[in-house]
Amino acid sequence: MRFRLTDDQRALRQGVRDLLARRFDRDALRAAVERPGLDRALWRELGAAGFFALRLPEAAGGVGLGLPEAVLAFEEAGRALLPGPLAATHLAAGRVPGAAEGETVVTAVDPGGLVEWLAEADVVEGDATGAVSLRSVDPLTPLHRTAGGSGQPAADHVADPVAVLLTAAEQLGTATRACELAVQHARAREQFGQPIGAFQAVKHLCAELLVRVEVARAAVYAAAVTADPGDIAAARLLADEAAVRGARDCLQVHGGMGFTWEADVHLLLKRAWVRTRRAGGGTESEELLARELLTAAGR
Amino acid sequence: MDLSYSPEEEDFRARLRDWLGKALPALPPKPSPDDWPGRRAWDLGWQRMLYDAGYAHVHWDAEPTTRLIFLEETEKAGAPYVGANFVGLLHAGPTIAAEGTDAQRARWLEPILRGEEVWCQGFSEPDAGSDLAALRTRAWRDGDDYVVSGSKIWTSHAEVADWCELLVRTDPTAAKHRGITWLAMPMDAPGITVRPLRTLAGSAEFAEVFLDEVRVPAAHRVGEENDGWRVTMVTLSFERGTAFVGEVVACRRVLGELARAAHADGRWDDPVLRRRLALLEAEFRALWRLTQWNVSEASAGGVPGVGGSIFKLRYSHARQELYDTAADVLGDAALDLDRPWVLDRLSSLSYTIAAGTSQIQRTIVAERILGLPKGR
Repeated sequence: MRFRLTDDQRALRQGVRDLLARRFDRDALRAAVERPGLDRALWRELGAAGFFALRLPEAAGGVGLGLPEAVLAFEEAGRALLPGPLAATHLAAGRVPGAAEGETVVTAVDPGGLVEWLAEADVVEGDATGAVSLRSVDPLTPLHRTAGGSGQPAADHVADPVAVLLTAAEQLGTATRACELAVQHARAREQFGQPIGAFQAVKHLCAELLVRVEVARAAVYAAAVTADPGDIAAARLLADEAAVRGARDCLQVHGGMGFTWEADVHLLLKRAWVRTRRAGGGTESEELLARELLTAAGR
Repeated sequence: MDLSYSPEEEDFRARLRDWLGKALPALPPKPSPDDWPGRRAWDLGWQRMLYDAGYAHVHWDAEPTTRLIFLEETEKAGAPYVGANFVGLLHAGPTIAAEGTDAQRARWLEPILRGEEVWCQGFSEPDAGSDLAALRTRAWRDGDDYVVSGSKIWTSHAEVADWCELLVRTDPTAAKHRGITWLAMPMDAPGITVRPLRTLAGSAEFAEVFLDEVRVPAAHRVGEENDGWRVTMVTLSFERGTAFVGEVVACRRVLGELARAAHADGRWDDPVLRRRLALLEAEFRALWRLTQWNVSEASAGGVPGVGGSIFKLRYSHARQELYDTAADVLGDAALDLDRPWVLDRLSSLSYTIAAGTSQIQRTIVAERILGLPKGR
């Protein structure tokens, strides 16, 4: 058993990180906030880099890698707060023409009725007839709700486990970013004549940020290896917690600055909130795990 | 990333399972928790069985993955945990193996493995718990001996121990981390008084140990004089690294029992309780994965990684949450000391304090891993 990243996996993660640092840095993130809309050129570049075709077999024109590699790529996307229906397009690769190449933007209607990037998408999976737009809490994720959407998934309709896991990977990346930003600020910001990171109260907030990230990371990576629905549900719950609580604690560490539009912290929190409501988070994952727990206990 | 085991590892698992299946029914009944001599004999008997079967070494020289399998399988089979052998096998033994002389290794290691000698830990003091380096028990040189005076607290198994891994201050003028020495003290030496300490769980799990001019041969010093802090850190990284592996497996079993109990009496239909159990299931699955991650990192690097403090922090709180949830499943029965899980709930209260409080662990994570500045 060697449950750690291989050299190839480290190289892949670094490659995605470099691409996003070049094409979607902080200036690009803030520009996207001011001018909403999907960057089609960037979408095609992701396609050319194999982001959407990562798990497609080489014979079908894909990269031929597995779920662990996809998770690493999505973690980087979450870390950079990259906007767009990434998971839906990735899942459509090989099925919807142009999705693998990043030429076609694919979005999907969630079991609960929410759909993101509806107006910008070329292809919509699921029935979005009569969907009305919401004033989305996240400036980087336009949202619609379908007419029949109740906000709760129908009992017989559960999200695709791969979509659940890729969303968890994005949450993990966002949680990592929250931890990095909090620590960076705690080192630089001085109050009472010393960096605020020297104060135990701040130190302990940062420590808990990292603990949640590392626990979620172990769960997300393991779920990527086993692809077991229970492992995926567990990973999702911990990644949701790491992202949402991480962003809140990061905001707290930033103090008054964290409450401003100019600081990036709110973008982390709002994206994390949106993701918790999508693709099999929350009660859907809890109920799945509850069923597994009882079945395993009965054996 | 690979979570599969090699054929050799699977073979080890199969042989161990087979042996456990035969060995466990042969165990005598477990003595009562207050019967210390009985517990000592029982724990040593189990250690002897492991020794005869060739498993005694597993904590010391097996590959980390093999050790993980050992802890997983023994716990799943309901085998005894290390018990009275805890300090010898997991603390003093590894420390002597790493830092002792050939003569010291020859004297102390084999009796620990064979289940002949029990060790206890003389680290904590009434005025030096979390601030371990503030310890004040004094030792001064007199001929071939050190003479030791002071007191220790929270010393598990002190009543039945043969040896104590003892931290003493040998240079009161040095900076507090510098003047400490690690000694192996025989527990039958004149001048030692052991007073059992009753915990909130009602039993005497620990003791206070009073030392009045106890003579310890200088040949029993492990490492150099005044270098005991470094020697101790070797031990503590070990404790935080993998000491809780078996317990995670046990917690997952308890969680399954709770689910079954809740289902049997209808409480399972309460979505609040059901989802709380599901969240704990997520938690312990993740802690098991974190264990596998840390073990893999240790295999690669040779030492337990920094993951130990992260694991310990999260695990100690999850364990308390588990038994609080057990109380919700039990309802009024949670007030009955004779019911299962009730004593475990009381014991779990020590987890955020022992082996470094959660507050100390957070400071370690913030300063040593995140690189935040030292301060108040």
